[in-house]
Amino acid sequence: MSGRRRLPLAWIVTLPFFAYTLLFMFLPAGSVLIGAFEGKTHGYTISNVTTLFHHPYIDAFKTSIEISGTTALIGGAVGLAVAYAAIREGTPRWVRSALTTFSGVAANFGGIPLAFAFISTLGPLGIITVFGRSHGWDPTAHGFSLFSKTGVELAYMYFQLPLMILVISPAIDGLRKEWREASSNLGASQLQFWRYVGVPVLMPSLLGAIILLFGNAFAAYATAYSLTAGTVNIVPILIGAYYSGNVLNNPHLAQAMAFGMFAVLAVMMVFYIPLQRRAARWAK
Amino acid sequence: MRPTRRIAPTAVIWLLIAFGYFFIPLIATFLFSLKSNQTGHCCTAANYSWVVHSSAFWHTLKISFLLAIETIVISLALFVPTIYWVHLRVPKLRPVIAFLALIPFVIPPIVMVVGLLQFFKGTPSWFYAQPWGFLAGAYVILAFPYMFFSLDAGFRSIDVHTLTEASQSLGARWGTTLVKVILPNIRSAALAGSFLTLAIVMGEFTIANLSAFNTFPIFIQYVNESQGFPAASLTLMSFAITWAAMLSLLVVGRKRGQRAAIVAGAR
Repeated sequence: MSGRRRLPLAWIVTLPFFAYTLLFMFLPAGSVLIGAFEGKTHGYTISNVTTLFHHPYIDAFKTSIEISGTTALIGGAVGLAVAYAAIREGTPRWVRSALTTFSGVAANFGGIPLAFAFISTLGPLGIITVFGRSHGWDPTAHGFSLFSKTGVELAYMYFQLPLMILVISPAIDGLRKEWREASSNLGASQLQFWRYVGVPVLMPSLLGAIILLFGNAFAAYATAYSLTAGTVNIVPILIGAYYSGNVLNNPHLAQAMAFGMFAVLAVMMVFYIPLQRRAARWAK
Repeated sequence: MRPTRRIAPTAVIWLLIAFGYFFIPLIATFLFSLKSNQTGHCCTAANYSWVVHSSAFWHTLKISFLLAIETIVISLALFVPTIYWVHLRVPKLRPVIAFLALIPFVIPPIVMVVGLLQFFKGTPSWFYAQPWGFLAGAYVILAFPYMFFSLDAGFRSIDVHTLTEASQSLGARWGTTLVKVILPNIRSAALAGSFLTLAIVMGEFTIANLSAFNTFPIFIQYVNESQGFPAASLTLMSFAITWAAMLSLLVVGRKRGQRAAIVAGAR
């Protein structure tokens, strides 16, 4: 019984942390949850959430998911190829450490400065645009605009690629040299090694990393906001528009959209956690 | 298998693609920053001097920097005693705290700010209308994952029990033990967490924009919209700040073999 009486005392020191979490995390989260189901004037309703399934909200969710999906898949594939190129035998050691250091910095590099870097590269007066134009190939004449969905995807890749490189490199390290030697001793070709050993071992880490990249792009706001001046129709920008102008007449809609984003991410987490567990099996 | 000494051709291609994709935008920004805002021709340092002579630049930079310091101080005050105590007395709580600290990594800042604005609406204006209140409160939450995982790794690498017993058997009280014995031993972990927090706060746009505070990233966005070429020099300066913070982190973390961390705040 004496142990039972000492326990609450030991917990007291951690109280400020829990109080802070409650005040700045759980109560605000709760107010979003309640607000999403509150009526415009009074009472509770599900109409805010059902409105999300109509134009223009459903389109925003669609565009958000498309951008996140595209950049996660392409960023994932290219990131894997680059990480493997840096790690594989034959590549000098310094390449890998340089790439890891740079990725650590570049993965943190997003938002307003990133948008401007892309404007100076591929914008109407950007270095590549001007260079292409003076050599008889104008990207804008072929329907390319940096201030579109494609432009946003291109810019997102700048933080998606390094994130993929950082996340997948340990998994590639887990592909042991002995496995490769064993499979080639048994007469397997390069292709067969990847088909029957490499990809199956990497698969959980790969899928997990792609989900992580999806969430990373799905949450992004500043880059798209700055690049397209808020014209690309993605969920974070629609939410932001409510607070800066009065685009929406119902404040609970912004909360419903926040709730919707949270729901999409929650579904992603449901897939992510078991994948993470399987991936850990092969970790060194 | 024949040992391959030389670098594979496909590896060279992929590395070159990555190199081009990463460096061309940086070079382009640099070239832009040298162009004259009046004529559009190269080369002048006028854009840099415009930034340095802009009072709004120094004003917002100061706000963001002080916010970062405030966030770091609050986070350290919140986490150091908590993690110390958890490692010393209630290890059962560690997974709970790790889970709570990870939540802000998963929740998009845009969702966070909607909740915070709603919940704190109607609180006194010294809190709600001041960056030092509302914004700092939100940034501490953003810093949670980075502070926790840096400090937790630091505490795991030292022997908390022996240090505490040694200190107390020499007559030190809790406060003395924490400040004079524990803190110096986790200094590099605390520094790592602080640099990460600095990088987040200096680049955070979403929460500041939606709650209408005039911080450094907001100023950059304002210049982006209004001044073509000076924006390029400002962009490079803000890179330099983030990169300095991240590289200091790598220098501090190298000793403990810590991997580079990922900040989600800026996006």
